[in-house]
Amino acid sequence: MPKRKAVIDTRTCVACGCCMKVCPRSAITIPRGICAEVDVALCVGCGKCAQECPTSVITLEVKE
Amino acid sequence: MKNTAKKWYDYLWVVSLTYLILGFFNILFAWLGLLCFFIPLIISITKGSKAYCNKYCGRGQLFALAGGRFGLSRRKDIPKWMKSSGFRYGFLLFFFAMFFLMLWNTWLVFAGAKDLRTVVTLLWTLKLPWHWAYHGTLFSDGVAQFAFGFYSVMLTSTVLGFVTMLLFKPRSWCVYCPMGTMTQLICRARNAASAPKSL
Repeated sequence: MPKRKAVIDTRTCVACGCCMKVCPRSAITIPRGICAEVDVALCVGCGKCAQECPTSVITLEVKE
Repeated sequence: MKNTAKKWYDYLWVVSLTYLILGFFNILFAWLGLLCFFIPLIISITKGSKAYCNKYCGRGQLFALAGGRFGLSRRKDIPKWMKSSGFRYGFLLFFFAMFFLMLWNTWLVFAGAKDLRTVVTLLWTLKLPWHWAYHGTLFSDGVAQFAFGFYSVMLTSTVLGFVTMLLFKPRSWCVYCPMGTMTQLICRARNAASAPKSL
C-alpha cells in the first residue's frame, strides 16, 4: 500500500508553526526558524498540516 | 507522542484579546504592545528560532480560534502574490515606514512642536475619534501620543489579519506578518553561516 507523507515547499514556508501545532504525531519541527521540517518516520499522512497551512505549501506525496 | 494536552502558552490569545479591549478604556495600556515587538525579536536574535510565532503568538491563536473553532474562515488558499517574497518584504518595509512616521509624530509631540491628537488611525488613513480612552498622562503628552500611535498599529494589523482570516485560511496574517517576516530573516541570517545546507 502506498504511503502518503507531508512534503513542505521550504522556499515559500513562512515558519509560522501552524502545521506543528495541529500535527497529532509531533512529526513537524521548525528547528532553525526558517522552515518547517517533517520527520518522515513519524508522519502518517493525515493531511491536517496541509489543511491548516496558511501559505498552502504542504502537499501529500506518495513515498515508497 | 500526542500533543493534545494544552500548555499554558496555548491561552495567550486571552492576553491579546485583553490588550485590544484595554485600549478602549485607557490608551496608555497600548505601551504593553511593545512586548509583542521585542519578545519575538529577542527570541530570534538570541535563540535563532521562531518560537514566538510557533508557540506564544496570541494574535495567531486568536485568528486560529476565530477562523477554526468559530468557523469564520472560508479556508481558501491565499493568492500566490500574497505569499511571494516581494509582497512579504514589501509589506515589511511599508509597515516599518509607517512605524517610523508614527515615531516621528510622537517625537514632534514630545518636543512640543505638535499637539496631542486623541485619534486612532486605522489602516493608516481612517482617523477614528478615541478621546474616551484618554484620561491624561503623568508625563509628557508624547507618552500618550505614542500609545495612540502604537494602538493604531496593533488595531490595523488586527483588522487586516481578521479580513484575511475570513477570506483565506485562519492564520493568513502569519503569511505577511511583518514580525514573522523579520524574525524569519533574522533566523536566516543567523543560520547562514552555521548551516550550509541548501535552503
